[in-house]
Amino acid sequence: MKITSKLYMALVMIFLYAPIVVMIIFSFNSGKSTAVFTGFSTKWYAELANDSATLEALKNTIVLAICSSVISVIIGTVAAIGIYKLKMKWLKTTILSVTNIPMINPEIVTGVSMMLLFVFIGKLVNVQDVLGFNTLLIAHITFNLPYVILSVLPVLKQTDPHIPEAAQDLGCTPVQAFFKVTLPSIRPGIITGFLMAFTLSLDDFIISYFSSGPEFQTLPIKIFSMTKKHVKPDLYALSTLIFVAILVLLLIINFSQSKAENKNKRNMKG
Amino acid sequence: MKKIVSLVCALVLVLGMVSMGACGKRQVINVFNWGEYISDGSEGSLDINKEFEKRTGIHVNYTNYDSNEVLYSKLSGGGASYDVVIPSDYMIERLISEGLVQKIDMNDIPNYKYIPEEYKGLFFDKNNEYSIPYTVGLVGLIYNKKMVTEKPTSWNILWDSRYTNKILNFNNSRDAFGIAQYILGQDVNTTDPADWRAAADKLKDQKKVLQSYVMDEVFDIMENEEAAVAPYYAGDFLTMKEVNDDLEFVYPDEGTNIFVDSFCIPTNAKNVDAAKLYINFMLDPEMALANAESICYACPHTAVRNNEEYSLKNSEILYPTTPVKSQYFHNLDKDTLDLLSSLWTEVKQYNAK
Repeated sequence: MKITSKLYMALVMIFLYAPIVVMIIFSFNSGKSTAVFTGFSTKWYAELANDSATLEALKNTIVLAICSSVISVIIGTVAAIGIYKLKMKWLKTTILSVTNIPMINPEIVTGVSMMLLFVFIGKLVNVQDVLGFNTLLIAHITFNLPYVILSVLPVLKQTDPHIPEAAQDLGCTPVQAFFKVTLPSIRPGIITGFLMAFTLSLDDFIISYFSSGPEFQTLPIKIFSMTKKHVKPDLYALSTLIFVAILVLLLIINFSQSKAENKNKRNMKG
Repeated sequence: MKKIVSLVCALVLVLGMVSMGACGKRQVINVFNWGEYISDGSEGSLDINKEFEKRTGIHVNYTNYDSNEVLYSKLSGGGASYDVVIPSDYMIERLISEGLVQKIDMNDIPNYKYIPEEYKGLFFDKNNEYSIPYTVGLVGLIYNKKMVTEKPTSWNILWDSRYTNKILNFNNSRDAFGIAQYILGQDVNTTDPADWRAAADKLKDQKKVLQSYVMDEVFDIMENEEAAVAPYYAGDFLTMKEVNDDLEFVYPDEGTNIFVDSFCIPTNAKNVDAAKLYINFMLDPEMALANAESICYACPHTAVRNNEEYSLKNSEILYPTTPVKSQYFHNLDKDTLDLLSSLWTEVKQYNAK
């Protein structure tokens, strides 16, 4: 029994990580092939440093991901608190379902409808090229929002509603109580929501594809358009770097969270 | 509260700056091109867009698409305006007929003189008013000489049972049907439904020996010798040949497909002058040479063709000395396109084994 469960675990791990491992290995290939490993070299990393178009697309993607996730975390957290405080049960469930729709909705539907809306508004205000950074940002905030709400709400439910009240009893204004008590206690949810929003925005293709314009191209769109010719190996190098960056980020967050929990436990005991 | 207000202010400021940076006051030009279809500074080549910015001070917003149809939907959908686009022949025909591209005054493009006569007055732009050729490509047969002992001369090798499961074909309807049509001796732009059905039957017949329909996967499969024969574009064969020297290339006797990708200026372009400047710049002998070297497709440009430094100058594959029988794909009418797509679904679902 133990062996089978271990085998199963190993199999799952292989499925999850084999593609990434292969990609990392081939990013160090000295040849162009994706099948024959001809020798170790870091030339694709050097090549990447010279590829201004790809780096520009990467910069665009990161700027967009940061802007959209920060804004959606602010809007989403406020929305989650509002939903949590609602007294009427039916209203609460209705609003929750409505905010969840962009998440369940197929991306292609969201993408096409977003584009139609933008073009329609563009025609109303007589702007020829409405599609660009702003439309991309709006689209990304839209699909990020439900994920933020969904990760903040459960944490809110776990917090004791009496603690902010107690803070107000002890002289805090409601705003102070929110920033000093409520916000710190839901921080893990906010961080998870931010990370979700950030990664979703980072790799979104379909919605970006419909709502992007001539002056702002994200990395996924650029990579997808490379199919007329070969995908260049310097993209393996880039993907490897992104993977490592995300991994380090996750490790830091996990580490700091577990540290904070330990500290809390000690404080409780003390 | 103050914190929130200041945070929001900061965000608005940052956003403002980002969008300011995007539209700015300097001149910009929006170029929409195929992915990997320009010399972009990789592997020591010349970065054309950067060079253009340096010389003219006009900022190039360079974005990519992966098929003519994507380009069409962006141009016809509205909401975005491009200054330079590079569609293929049949798509230019369609764009002109729908009024989505504008006439170009060739007097503003002095380097137009480098375009050879044979690429002027093509079927989609008979009076040379709308388009300026950028690259030319031919489809041919790639084979591995270790597996195929005698040099093939006909598309029929793609139906040869000696190479069962070692045969590939295009995973796009027009190209796949084209090959069947050359064998059957049809016009590839036929509007006769019976012709298309006959071609579909021919393709179904191929299923019992076919390994798979491929596009980009062809690079890996052929380089690793997992298949013996495949039809593909001549320029891409040169890329494969660099990896596996046993691969060879031939233009079958029945004829093949030729395509031309040309510069066009969309009707709703905002900066037509800069667009002309950009096209002229791309036709500059030095820039055209850099592009020809990095794209590896045939270059319709007399100065490049006569340049001794051009490494592919004597390539029999890009510039065959014996004329290759070839046909352009024209834009099909809607009924034929519908028939083609339903026949293609039928062919792909057909199970011969």
